[in-house]
Amino acid sequence: MKEQDQERKKIISVSNLSKVYDMGVIKVHALRSIDMNINEGEFTAIMGHSGSGKSTLLNIFGCLDVPTEGKYWLDGADVSHLNKNQLARMRNKKIGFVFQTYNLLPRTSALENVELPLLYNPEIRRKERKERAMNTLELVGLTDWSEHFPNQLSGGQQQRVAIARALVNDPVIMLADEPTGNLDTRTSFEVMEIFQELNGRGITIALVTHETDISKFAARNILFRDGRISKETIIKNIKNAREELEKLPPEDEL
Amino acid sequence: MNLLNLFVIALRSLNKNKIRSLLTMLGIIIGVASVIAMLAIGQGSRDSIENQISGLGSNVIMVFPGATFRGGVATAAGSAQSLEMDDLEAIRVNCPSVKYLSPVARAGGQIIAGSNNWNSSIRGVYNEYLDIRNIEVESGSRFAETDEKRASKVCIIGQTVAENLFDEYTDPVGEKIRINKIPFTVIGLLKEKGQGGMGEDQDDIIYAPFSTVQRRMRGDRQNIQQIYISAVSEEKIELASEEIDELLRTRKNISKYEDPPFNIRTQTEIVEMFTSTSNTMMVLLAGIASISLIVGGIGIMNIMLVSVTERTREIGLRMAVGARGKDILRQFLLEAILLSLLGGLIGAAFGILSSKLFVAIMNWPVTVSSYSVVLAFSFAFIIGVFFGWYPAGKAARLIPMDALRYE
Repeated sequence: MKEQDQERKKIISVSNLSKVYDMGVIKVHALRSIDMNINEGEFTAIMGHSGSGKSTLLNIFGCLDVPTEGKYWLDGADVSHLNKNQLARMRNKKIGFVFQTYNLLPRTSALENVELPLLYNPEIRRKERKERAMNTLELVGLTDWSEHFPNQLSGGQQQRVAIARALVNDPVIMLADEPTGNLDTRTSFEVMEIFQELNGRGITIALVTHETDISKFAARNILFRDGRISKETIIKNIKNAREELEKLPPEDEL
Repeated sequence: MNLLNLFVIALRSLNKNKIRSLLTMLGIIIGVASVIAMLAIGQGSRDSIENQISGLGSNVIMVFPGATFRGGVATAAGSAQSLEMDDLEAIRVNCPSVKYLSPVARAGGQIIAGSNNWNSSIRGVYNEYLDIRNIEVESGSRFAETDEKRASKVCIIGQTVAENLFDEYTDPVGEKIRINKIPFTVIGLLKEKGQGGMGEDQDDIIYAPFSTVQRRMRGDRQNIQQIYISAVSEEKIELASEEIDELLRTRKNISKYEDPPFNIRTQTEIVEMFTSTSNTMMVLLAGIASISLIVGGIGIMNIMLVSVTERTREIGLRMAVGARGKDILRQFLLEAILLSLLGGLIGAAFGILSSKLFVAIMNWPVTVSSYSVVLAFSFAFIIGVFFGWYPAGKAARLIPMDALRYE
């Protein structure tokens, strides 16, 4: 196990990371000297109540925010002090986001939604863009829905489009912020099934959630409390989303 | 993100809100259409004035004697006896930029031919006068060389005079007429010239040799009422006028700083005098129209601001997947520019159309100049950039985290 760890590449590595929000009168310490790594191929669930600092950490991981103190290496590069444009470039090349509210562009086809990150990469031409978007849609099983608008898709389908969008730029890590928060149990499990399948293909995933039954699908659970890591668990018997789905009563009875 | 993609995105977003886009464009449409129509009306009236004044002749310069004061009372301009035949000859010899020149002696009177009579004005001129004013003889001939020397009693008559003195079967050329009881032979008939710039009938005129009118009808040998001069070319009008001024000042011992007892008017000055009024009108009208363009621009800014707020989450998402502030700025700026350019295009069409309507319905002289279309169009573009910049900048400065969570 240890040998394996050393061989694996560190995708995310933070040391002594702090984030302080200056609200004028009071200073909010959202993160207090965090040290942690995420290795290639890991499926990590970040848990915690609201205000525990888990979302702040995800924002920093996703290059949407910069730490007040400490170092952050993403895919081997120090990104703690990048400017806005450099951060945008990092997000474009290395990160895939999945949001609770999907954030799909309305009245824009599923395919075009998936293409979006590639539009901001000048190295990718139109033909390649279409091809890659189509392939990623196939990965999440939505080939037949590529021309549909988000309002013609179910919640689960929309989240799958969002997952495809997060994958299309071939990121080093996929960051998901409460991806099942707006979904019912069955659809949540369906989404987790996709995550597990993607992780099986070697994709590194970090997932923020407050639902314990969702976190049990991930191999590694990190619990946050008051801006600190309070507990880290390696789940021995990871729940299999496909099996869990089969255990659910048939859909028409729900 | 390349321009084509941005263009597609902008077009699509305008297309999503068709009515709103159209209403936003309305201000620009009205502005551009009215700028074009106003400039067309102004240009039209200017053109028609220029046309009429060019009827004066080609590259014309006129020299009048000045006004005199008798006992402190000013007499009419031209009444001073300060231009003489010698001055005329001096101009001919000493001013290289002068092509033709002719003195003008004016008289009027009753003209009788057989049992018909008519009252018209008679001008004593050289043949050159006809060249200066582009007057053509339709039948018969111009004056002979000797006519001027001998003060021959010959004349060339205009169409209106001919119509009133002779019936349609008679060729006026060769007929005898009497002007103020002096018998004249008609040697030529002028080509019809029509109505002049001030509404006068340019065909109601009789030309006779200068000396004939000057001596036989006015009883004057020396003083000239007016000199018509043409410069060798349009560019030389100013130069010729300066040459004449200098020469006449020297001859009459008048320094540069004194008012001379003569006036020199060039065709350019006369054109300017008449067009300055229409220019003022044009600037005024175009100014009012531009205000509506600016109001239209404010409308665009307003809608773009609403659009930025509405699409805050979209902006946040675009930023999250790698859009830089610059990309967002371009996207919204292009949308604003597209709005105003599209408005400009529709406005230009309306402007040209309404100008044509003015011609068709009200018979106004209207000229749509391409420069006014270009002007209005580029103005619309500038307004798009100017009023689009603020909302686009606001969008570009959004913080992605906050934008993503915007409700």
